[in-house]
Amino acid sequence: MKKRLIKIVISAIIFLIAICIGKFNFINLDENILSIIQIVLYVLSYLIVGFEIVKKAVINIFHGELFDENFLMSIATIGAFAIQEFPEAVAVMLFYQVGEYFQSYAVKKSRKSIASLMDIRPDYANLKVNGNIEKKSPEEVKIGDTIVIKPGEKVPLDGVVIDGNSMLDTSALTGESVPREIKVNDKILSGCINVNGVLEVKVEKEFGESTVSKILDLVENATNKKAKTENFITKFSKYYTPIVVFLALLIAFIPPMVTKTDMLEWVYRALTFLVVSCPCALVISVPLSFFSGIGAASKKGILVKGSNYLELLSKTEIAVFDKTGTLTEGVFEVQKIANEKEITKEELLELAAYCESYSNHPISSSIQKAYGKEIDKNRIEDSKEFSGKGIISKIDNKEIACGNIKLMETIGLKNINQVDEIGTAVYVAIGKQYAGYILISDKIKEDSRKAIQELKKVGIQKTVMLTGDNKDVAEKVNQELKLDEVYSELLPVDKVNKLEELLKNKNEDTKLAFIGDGINDAPVLARADIGIAMGGLGSDAAIEAADIVIMTDEPSKIATAIKISRKTLKIVYQNISFALIVKIGVLILSAFGLASMWAAVFADVGVTVLAVLNSFRALKQN
Amino acid sequence: MKKEYRLEDLDCANCAAKIEDAVKNIEGVKECSVSFITEKMIIEIEEDKEKEIEKQIKKLVKKIEPDTILKAI
Repeated sequence: MKKRLIKIVISAIIFLIAICIGKFNFINLDENILSIIQIVLYVLSYLIVGFEIVKKAVINIFHGELFDENFLMSIATIGAFAIQEFPEAVAVMLFYQVGEYFQSYAVKKSRKSIASLMDIRPDYANLKVNGNIEKKSPEEVKIGDTIVIKPGEKVPLDGVVIDGNSMLDTSALTGESVPREIKVNDKILSGCINVNGVLEVKVEKEFGESTVSKILDLVENATNKKAKTENFITKFSKYYTPIVVFLALLIAFIPPMVTKTDMLEWVYRALTFLVVSCPCALVISVPLSFFSGIGAASKKGILVKGSNYLELLSKTEIAVFDKTGTLTEGVFEVQKIANEKEITKEELLELAAYCESYSNHPISSSIQKAYGKEIDKNRIEDSKEFSGKGIISKIDNKEIACGNIKLMETIGLKNINQVDEIGTAVYVAIGKQYAGYILISDKIKEDSRKAIQELKKVGIQKTVMLTGDNKDVAEKVNQELKLDEVYSELLPVDKVNKLEELLKNKNEDTKLAFIGDGINDAPVLARADIGIAMGGLGSDAAIEAADIVIMTDEPSKIATAIKISRKTLKIVYQNISFALIVKIGVLILSAFGLASMWAAVFADVGVTVLAVLNSFRALKQN
Repeated sequence: MKKEYRLEDLDCANCAAKIEDAVKNIEGVKECSVSFITEKMIIEIEEDKEKEIEKQIKKLVKKIEPDTILKAI
């Protein structure tokens, strides 16, 4: 790298001296001698900067690589020498090298910046052996080993905490800046950073299977899954170079033969063609833009598994959501305790917990969880379950009934107001006297409403919710979230069918994204144009099944991902059209003798540099 | 079977495309993808032909871009 820069600088200085002595003729030399000195300087400058290229060109000819850019540049510049356009010849080679230098600098830099973005690879693990700590590479640690993670260190392997508690910085994985608390028996994922306490962890996965390896692998290989645009450009460039070279040949020979004009002029024009015949700007800036976009997304905790998915995402107009676990938390919790005057909230919950203590229904377990204390079974004399209605138990000599409205009617309570809220209401009666109700429901995620609004704001045409839940619950959830369509009471198979139907009815060019939690909707994730899995952190199934993985639990990240994808694609199209317009423009102008080789150098190198700089913008996302 | 290689000092994007194209045409190679940015080549090849194919790829890379070194990972 450095050697290349030095060569460019020396060559540029000699080039400038050659131009200056021609312009000002400081020491009043004879015209002929002066021009000879000039030519010597030009050639010297050319050889310093261009010898490598010419050498490569010659070698490649023997390899049968005819349209190689080294060859084209050599021909263009040597040709320019031949028709005595010395400054042009040197300038073209010089600027070409400057462009190459800049390009490889830019690529190295972006490779590095993405690497630092994904700087989550742990270097070592502190293995505990017979009470001593040994530093080992993470690959050497086996399942069941105990490792120690000190404050400030990266978690090297997935496992479970067996001693200590601490705060965990998950920002490298999730983009979430608030540290998470971790204590004994919690699962711990590799790639996080231990903030303050010392943790002892029992390893549960080998390094190759750990979260950090999976994620790194995924992001590193993302650019190998190429977008359509990218493949198109590769194909295009395969034809572009031969066509331009062929045109150059035509221009060099046909017009002078037909019009009997000066051949040198036409050769100059043809050489100008050769200078713009490299499709570099296109070929380099497109993958670079996608890579930057993928990098920007992963910084926000959004893993995109390929450039192609980023491209598809930008065309998304229908977003289909699974309800449970995606828009809602997926855990049933006591949301509300509504007590009558005769009893306190605590007493109501206690009675309900006792009444239902023999049941293993999910409703019962969420009530037990909310109560959170040990049940003294001696207080329960009798407990009877009425299928589809609820439970009547005898506790402390009182008859307690817990269940739905039908159970209340059975025991003669007919005038209870039916609760009109999301979720399942458990009514409680003490000795045939109504005492209140407990509302249990799956909580809507705080972020869900914002997520749907944001999606509409970025121009998603239709939002749809699919759920296996009953219609009432689905409708009530949707009163808050306001999606365009809701389909409820669907079995897993129905979800696939519904998705097929939505796919069939949409416009060819627009894409449909399905967002699920990856747990029981893998077939739907696979069937959609783009499958997005939520809360992928630690769930292998989700990472496996989806095209895009949102590491956190926030559905609003989907709008963020779409914004990133649109910005990236916008940059890609900008680069393509800019490069093509400038190149074709220069080709046309030079065919008519209106553009010099200088303009051609700009069209080649300048455009590449600008396109590369532009593609960096995809890295910066707000 | 799937194999991954690193293409060290892969300096030109056009060459990456050329290498990808050429490797695809080697007999026994089902899929090939070269990422210029990550300097990585991923190929899907027929079983048992690994050695032979690797030799051919090395030759190709040397021909198209003499400065680039192919390394298995």
